Amino acid sequence: MAEIISNVQLSRGIYLMKVRGQFQGKMGQFYMIRAWDKDPVLSRPLSIYSLEENSISFLYQVKGKGTTIFSKLNPKEEIKLVGPYGNGFPLVKGRVALLGGGMGAAPLYLAGQTLKQQKGLEKLDIYLGFQKRAFLKNEFNKIADRLVIDIGGLITERIEVDQYDYILTCGPDAMMQALIRKTEGSKAKVYLSIEKRMACGMGTCLVCTCKSRKGNIKVCKDGPVFRGSDIYDE
Amino acid sequence: MMNKFNDQLRVDFAGVNFKNPIILSSGTAGFGQELNDVYNIELLGGLSTKGLTLRQRSGNVGTRIWETPAGIMNSIGLENPGIRKFIEQELDFLEKIDLVNIVNIGGSTLEDYIETVKIVSELKVDMIELNISCPNLKKGGMSFGIKAKTAAKITREIRKITDLPLVVKLSPQARNISEVALACQGAGADGLSLVNTFKAMAIDIEAKKPVFENIYAGLSGPAIKPIALRMVHEVCQAVEIPVMGVGGISSWQDAVEYIMAGASLVQIGTANFINPRAGLEILKGLNNYFEKNKIESINQIRGII
Repeated sequence: MAEIISNVQLSRGIYLMKVRGQFQGKMGQFYMIRAWDKDPVLSRPLSIYSLEENSISFLYQVKGKGTTIFSKLNPKEEIKLVGPYGNGFPLVKGRVALLGGGMGAAPLYLAGQTLKQQKGLEKLDIYLGFQKRAFLKNEFNKIADRLVIDIGGLITERIEVDQYDYILTCGPDAMMQALIRKTEGSKAKVYLSIEKRMACGMGTCLVCTCKSRKGNIKVCKDGPVFRGSDIYDE
Repeated sequence: MMNKFNDQLRVDFAGVNFKNPIILSSGTAGFGQELNDVYNIELLGGLSTKGLTLRQRSGNVGTRIWETPAGIMNSIGLENPGIRKFIEQELDFLEKIDLVNIVNIGGSTLEDYIETVKIVSELKVDMIELNISCPNLKKGGMSFGIKAKTAAKITREIRKITDLPLVVKLSPQARNISEVALACQGAGADGLSLVNTFKAMAIDIEAKKPVFENIYAGLSGPAIKPIALRMVHEVCQAVEIPVMGVGGISSWQDAVEYIMAGASLVQIGTANFINPRAGLEILKGLNNYFEKNKIESINQIRGII
């Protein structure tokens, strides 16, 4: 069990929860989290938003029973974290863009923080698309060489993909597919983080199976980060 | 933290020696490697593999899991690498670790079951669990386990071709589960495991469609425990062969209930998703219960109800 430091609403239904403790993890990995005994049965997979020496943070949106419980937790209350699970984003270099749609921003902050410290990083631009209101703008601004925010439109239309060697992305399916189509014929390599319902988080239950060019893949264990070309047709 | 658990927990089940009554249930523990990264699964009594079929199956499309109060519905559809890839990729690990390995076998046709069992019978495995109760296949699977006659037929055919200890996994959808159990016993089963998941459904009221592509899915978890326990009790009253109890066990107290209802062994399934260490924690609780109550053998409490 770990103690909650803060659990703040950033925008309607969107929360950032900070938990005390020395946790492991890499950008793009996730934890299975619960704050209840046996009901709901399943823990909720949340990717690591940020990781400090004595704390870990998660960005989440209230969607169902589990996240509703999370949203009502107060500082000093306890939650249970199991992980980290998943492969995480690769340590890319050169000209890098992070592109997130809505809650897809969740794993990109740690990605930005991590890549910033990489030797050989030439630039780090961050593109975030939101439906109604932007959140965490200041935080992302601190780590981005250039931050592009789009509200209500299509964030994929704001990026010139040829400017980048790598694009790391997370967000709605349609957004990631649009990005893959846009990078056709370009040199930019896309890595995407996929979200799926999960039960175990570690590769035993086969709930999060996803079809890919390489056959069935487990989002939790083989992913959640995949080469864009392995998931969608280019 | 290698705990020494009591010898009192040992169970002889159809001639196979289990260190203790705790088994990881099919479909919730893969082939053991992932949970073994969390804790040493050799501390447990046994592991039943993900259901294997003759050929690789990519499983069901669409939503595969849905929560319901204290339960989950799954529609995996027996996704598995097929028996040959299992031998290539997974068997080595299972042979090396010291716990009873149980190969769970599913299928759509009798011929497929027979061919798979023939292959498995050549392997160094400890036991076969014949899955005639999977609710997520369009063909075969559970349909073998509904009527006593069909359950007896498949058990008899499989019995003819294998010398491995044979456990038949029963469906709660059986018209009369005690009759099916007796039929399997009569046809040569060495033991039974029950129950598989309950055929269930959920509807997406916005889309006005079933949540699952197959319409129905399999319900498991604490929600089913009282019904599964009752079925285990009924079957244990009816048969002579030993029974593995399974269905919503998520605490050591649940395990004790199943043993008192007549089960010789218990399988931990959905609880592995609640807590990956569930198997070990239930074993510790059971060990303490045996110590505290000075129980010298499981038979002292088994089937006392």
